[in-house]
Amino acid sequence: MNTSRLTRMILVLALAASGAAQAADDSASDSDKIEAYREMISDGNPAEFDEMRGEELWKKPAGPKNASLEKCDLGKGAGVVKGAYAALPRYFKDTKKVQDLESRLLTCMTTLQGIPEADITAKPFASDKKPSDISSLATYVVGQSKGMKMAVSTKHPKEKEAYEIGKRIFNYRAGPYDFACSTCHATSDVRIRMQDLPNFNVKADAQSAYSSWPAYRVSQGLTRSFQWRLNDCFRQQRFPEPKFASEATVALTMYLAVSANGADYAGPGLKR
Amino acid sequence: MGNPMKIRASVKDGVTEVKVLMQHEMETGLRKEADGTLVPAWFITEVKAQHQGRTVLEAQYGQSISKNPYLLFRFKGGAVGEKVTVTWMDNKGDTRTDEAAIAA
Ligand code: HEC
Repeated sequence: MNTSRLTRMILVLALAASGAAQAADDSASDSDKIEAYREMISDGNPAEFDEMRGEELWKKPAGPKNASLEKCDLGKGAGVVKGAYAALPRYFKDTKKVQDLESRLLTCMTTLQGIPEADITAKPFASDKKPSDISSLATYVVGQSKGMKMAVSTKHPKEKEAYEIGKRIFNYRAGPYDFACSTCHATSDVRIRMQDLPNFNVKADAQSAYSSWPAYRVSQGLTRSFQWRLNDCFRQQRFPEPKFASEATVALTMYLAVSANGADYAGPGLKR
Repeated sequence: MGNPMKIRASVKDGVTEVKVLMQHEMETGLRKEADGTLVPAWFITEVKAQHQGRTVLEAQYGQSISKNPYLLFRFKGGAVGEKVTVTWMDNKGDTRTDEAAIAA
């Protein structure tokens, strides 16, 4: 854990709060202060740099086949990025699978560019040392759905099935603490430390939570993908680390995405 | 050379508002790797903004400022189409300058 960053962020928070709150209300709650801080820097989300990086990667020939991803079909036709994320996950005929954005990018990178899958999945998340290509690509793609309505389909039987599996995983209690996702995310107005926990059984909560990911994490100085978010919550749940882009993570994403249908997609977001 | 900044500038009622997002690691020099080795200090020390050749902001930066700093400031004057230039310098002597045209 990068404590110096966290300390500095808290300092910034304190500064932001002292400016905004002093005049108005000294008793503003911590989440109000986080909201004020978010508002202040909403035009300065460093996720934009990751979007730029992702766009370059999308257009640049790479891999053994020296191909770009401009023929990648994210569900709206080859190369169409605009609005693609607002309808993901979805069923893809070519792979005969329901895929979320990251598993679909994985398909495109392996098939179009010829990059071995293991090279991508070995370290799918960015670190201080090294950015992640697949994660930057995801940031670029989601940015092209900003402001669009989330409309994820469950019409195809496989989509419906993924949704049902996702729902079961969400409520499945296990592990050393006997926790499920729902242990932390199915009650309103509760929090851990300073973080309000979204209640995914409440539409508005599900919408604001899902539509603000991927997000730049100020405390980590990195833009995080949705697969990362799930991975980290499985860790908080003390579950074994899920396989990147696995069927289980895609099903869970399907469940959460459908719960958020109708929201205006607002990512890439900005988190503490 | 540094990575590009994002600069947005807009003028309203005779006041130009400038929003700058810089890309920089802003390492304090106090942080350690998992193996105990110190991560060397690397941070922006100075930021300067100019409007049509006139300096409108000078700032000293240090370790307490976060990675990828965001800066918002306003100055009197400015007209649509005129340029705002922002430059940062860091403790390694690296520097980066970007500019943006003022929008309505
Ligand atoms: C031990 C409690 C706990 C469990 C169990 C848990 N989470 Fe979380 N979850 C959190 C916390 C805390 C946050 C906020 C994290 C932060 O801000 O650092 C969070 C955040 C999230 C978010 C982002 C919300 C937002 O508004 O940004 C999603 C999505 C999420 N969790 C999904 C899940 C899923 C799916 C599972 C099951 C695999 C799960 N969580 C299990 C504690 C938990």
